Amino acid sequence: MATKQSYIYYPGCSAEATGKPYEISARAVCEHLDIELKELADWNCCGATAYLSVEDIASMAVAARNLAIAESTGLDLITPCSACYITLSKVDHYFEDYPDIRTKINNALSAAGLEYKGGVNVRHLLYVFSEDIGMERLSGMVRADLSLRVAPYYGCQVVRPFTERDSPDVPFAMDEIISALGGDVVDYPLKTKCCSGALIGIDEKTALGLAKPLIECAVRSGADCIVTCCPLCQLNLDAYQYKINKVYGTNYHIPVLFFTQLIGLAFGIDEGRLGLNMNIVPYRPAARAKGASG
Amino acid sequence: MNTHKLKQKAIDKDFLDEIAHLPGGERIIDCFQCGTCSGSCPTAHVMDHTPRRLFAMVKAGFREDVLNSNTYWYCTSCYICTVRCPRQIKITDVMYALKRIALKERYVRRKNAAGAFYSSFVDIVERDGRSFEPELMVRFMLKTDPTLLLKNAVLGLKLMKHGRLPIRRNRIKARNELRAIIRKAKSESL
Repeated sequence: MATKQSYIYYPGCSAEATGKPYEISARAVCEHLDIELKELADWNCCGATAYLSVEDIASMAVAARNLAIAESTGLDLITPCSACYITLSKVDHYFEDYPDIRTKINNALSAAGLEYKGGVNVRHLLYVFSEDIGMERLSGMVRADLSLRVAPYYGCQVVRPFTERDSPDVPFAMDEIISALGGDVVDYPLKTKCCSGALIGIDEKTALGLAKPLIECAVRSGADCIVTCCPLCQLNLDAYQYKINKVYGTNYHIPVLFFTQLIGLAFGIDEGRLGLNMNIVPYRPAARAKGASG
Repeated sequence: MNTHKLKQKAIDKDFLDEIAHLPGGERIIDCFQCGTCSGSCPTAHVMDHTPRRLFAMVKAGFREDVLNSNTYWYCTSCYICTVRCPRQIKITDVMYALKRIALKERYVRRKNAAGAFYSSFVDIVERDGRSFEPELMVRFMLKTDPTLLLKNAVLGLKLMKHGRLPIRRNRIKARNELRAIIRKAKSESL
């Protein structure tokens, strides 16, 4: 690489709480690859599913504040969170497609002396790895033997509806990354089925009913671990796994890693720098024993 | 799916127009009831009316029944219906719009946990500029069912033990500017 790759980085609120292992591992892996993540100055919450459910223009203007600040840098705006990714992209699409929404958003932003002209390239971190870094470079950096059977779980919002050259139903970006790292991708037909992260706090019974098949399918496919690219999916499948066991009388203990943690492991980065000790279902014992059984 | 009888007596002829004028709802008139949305929806089984049926109700002017249903509250925003709809109706966006109308007009007759969750979230973001997951969950549980605090104590401890539940919240610096944006935006509501 002749020039250092730089991006404007939008961590999202979960990076400061439940998504911390994602944040830590994303930064560690990017540093290892000499990729510069410039954190967006004084970024605010994108609003996620909740704000748009309550307010129209206010939720879009709040999300657009981030785009307005990012615009002057001329760099792609990268986020590791699928919910942030879809919310920021959505506002950008609304901004392009609806002239009156564009006007209203900018009227609101002007109250803080800001203006968004449009055209910030909002991207998910997954596709920085699959498209900008590429498989050749990734596999060239591998230092550790993974020998893992991996179920690639994308979740919904990273590939729908604004997918970046990947299928909204059957995406392959993460499959390719896992293979490039030396992992063994298992057949995982539920790879984009909703995990119900949006419902887990609201209606746990229904939500666990959606999450359970995702775990079951991975285990039946013989996976040693699930790998995901969304902090909400990871939380749902990892932290709530014991609740699934309680409700359904199962005994699942399959680790759920962020794809950045998997990359870090393959690169031989120290586990402490990948936040692996923050995963609720421990990675080590289950993976080593190949004991991801239900 | 239930097969609830519709309760509304008089149809609301303007309802279709109302939805068609919202962003994403423009093509709702094109719905030909294929049911791809219902077949794809991960939560259709807990909905009063499946998405397909809901759209038929919108077109037929059953405003009250639509807004009283739990259908749109169970939309997880996974967008599978939107990408599969052969008529390019932005179904997820319509579900968002229905949530907003229902909250504004206080269609919360049934125990509405989703509404409580969303408004707790919005309160925190409008105050701090960032979401704060621990406070969000506690606020929501107190609002809906305080026994949830006990039921989720183990989960909370697990997360805390693993360093994923911080005690301190982060706030943005430009809170006043953000509030100014929000105030102005609310006066520009669609």
